[in-house]
Amino acid sequence: MSAVTQDAPTSPQLHAVLTHRRLPRWAPFGIAVGAVALGAAIGLGAGLTSHVQWGLIALVLFVIGTYAITARVEGRRQARDRVATSLVWACFVVAVIPLYSLVETTIADGLKVLNTDFLTHSMGGIIPTEAGGGVYHAIIGTLEQVGLASVIAVPIGMLTAIYLVEYGRGKLAQVVTFFVDVMTGIPSIVSGLFILSFWIIILGFGYSGFAGSLALAILMVPVVVRSTEEMLKLVPNELRESALALGVPKWRTILRVVLPTSIGGILTGVMLAVARIAGETAPVLLLVFGNQLINNNPFSGAQSSLPFYVFEQYSLGNQYAYDRAWAAALVLIAFVMILNLVARGIARWKAPKTTGR
Amino acid sequence: MDATPTATLPPAKGQPRAVTRPGDRIFFGLTRGSGILLLLVMAAIAAFLTFRTFSAVSQDHGNFLTTFEWNADATPPVFGIAVLAYGTIVSSIIAMVIAVPVAIGIALFISHYAPRRLAGALAYVVDLLAAVPSIVYGLWGALYLVPRMQGLTAWLNEYLGWTVVFKQSNPGTAARSLFTVGILLAIMILPIITNVSREVFRQVPKAHEEAALALGATRWEVVRTAVLPFARSGIISASMLGLGRALGETMAVATVLSSSPVLTAHILDPAGGTFAQNIASHFGEATNFGRDALIASGLVLFVITLLVNGAARLIIARRKEYSGANA
Repeated sequence: MSAVTQDAPTSPQLHAVLTHRRLPRWAPFGIAVGAVALGAAIGLGAGLTSHVQWGLIALVLFVIGTYAITARVEGRRQARDRVATSLVWACFVVAVIPLYSLVETTIADGLKVLNTDFLTHSMGGIIPTEAGGGVYHAIIGTLEQVGLASVIAVPIGMLTAIYLVEYGRGKLAQVVTFFVDVMTGIPSIVSGLFILSFWIIILGFGYSGFAGSLALAILMVPVVVRSTEEMLKLVPNELRESALALGVPKWRTILRVVLPTSIGGILTGVMLAVARIAGETAPVLLLVFGNQLINNNPFSGAQSSLPFYVFEQYSLGNQYAYDRAWAAALVLIAFVMILNLVARGIARWKAPKTTGR
Repeated sequence: MDATPTATLPPAKGQPRAVTRPGDRIFFGLTRGSGILLLLVMAAIAAFLTFRTFSAVSQDHGNFLTTFEWNADATPPVFGIAVLAYGTIVSSIIAMVIAVPVAIGIALFISHYAPRRLAGALAYVVDLLAAVPSIVYGLWGALYLVPRMQGLTAWLNEYLGWTVVFKQSNPGTAARSLFTVGILLAIMILPIITNVSREVFRQVPKAHEEAALALGATRWEVVRTAVLPFARSGIISASMLGLGRALGETMAVATVLSSSPVLTAHILDPAGGTFAQNIASHFGEATNFGRDALIASGLVLFVITLLVNGAARLIIARRKEYSGANA
């Protein structure tokens, strides 16, 4: 009884201690609007033409305003928290703007000349400073080079990953793991130079799509190894053990039990790797040399490829060529994105069930 | 895919072991062989590049390390990597200074700040952006970003020109400078740094964060005291992966930069060059000797990226042991 009577008078005080003044929920939004308005006003007043500068001024005003107002109302710790929150949001906005603009520009400018004619014709007989022409030869080149690179890289990459996960113990496995990681970071132009010095200068072969695919394969192998490795590690050991206990040889266990279980993830990794090398320009520049005409044979003679075509058209430096470059860039992005989406689709569809473990 | 193709191969040589069957030995040999093949390729890259480098550098009539110009096809050939090394390092530093804080911000946004649904979608979009080919960034940078950098460049020159760094020798020239290249590289490496950092932030033990919250920490204090210390080495290695990309980037630099054999502290001037850009732009008209000279510069780039990536991997490896002991 007494406790209750004692509590009653203190509780308003306790309440006052445990709560403190807080800004309303709309406060950040309000400060942001104010900052943008003020930033625009200063920008207009000072005659700044670049909207980037307006944005930056608004951003600075927003951060200062948030800190000052919150520090007054809620205290300094809360103020720092809010500033951090607004900086994190600002990072997000700052990053979204260029990336959005990249996608938007590519789509808007790319659609100008993109039509079925563009997709089904080469640059044969087209004067570079005039409209017309297309990317058919480049699409053929990209498909063949990427296909050949995959044929080389996927088996090597998968076998290496199997070695690392299923057999790899000791020094050799450690060294291979380390160098696979390091290989991921080889600049594409260096792998191009290697194939140039090895295949073209020393062995004396000419420029060809195949030389390009060799360089692309070097870039692709480590990506395939890494993703396959990750997927093989997800396969439950019980599966391997039950197969081995039934007397199945280890290699058949790997081929018939482990690989089929993880094939979805492996395919995903392979397609992501394909998407990555499909956009590589530098090796093609050094090894495939570019071609205006359709060359269906990747083993002899110069070819083109989509990324190379973009660079080539950009280098021509006139409006028609720029239009073609944008359109080809759009085709390339679409190609890469479709591969990505398909890869993710496979990943979702065939995801290994991890709940049972 | 199974028995038939491997069974027709000749059995691998070596000591026969107790219960291994021929199929086992063949398959083991195949997988081990491809692992060794990878090592051989790495060794071959180093060996072939070094081999061509010696033949080129021995005939260089300038100093390979300190000469500014790149006239490998002239007689006598005079070329050096001073400008290229400087340009590569400066543009990468600019890219890192911009990209690392922003990427950490985005990663934090995705992992700790954004509403859950938005976070999922964002992570997906960032993944997709990491796959946009560099030539597309290059095209966008040259045709869209460069004209829009004019205002910022003029502003920096006017108000920060006294710092020397932001001084323009000829105000009003197109912004095809190392600075613009650095910004473009920053945009390009944002997705990769964000992806890796986000993965690390996700692995921060929930207990650490909850403990901080229970002590009355604000969200920022949780991030500062629990998340960032745990993720520090992960962030460093993510940044170094990004740095590796920035160092070796070819097309985005080749399209944007207006190169010249000038080494200047004025990063807004259209001057300088990078290793990869120099190879791409000189390769077309290079003679056999000129190609060897370009290969020599490629070797330097290879060694630099090798060191950066190796360091990043070692940091990650150390962190794995560390967190394993804690888990």
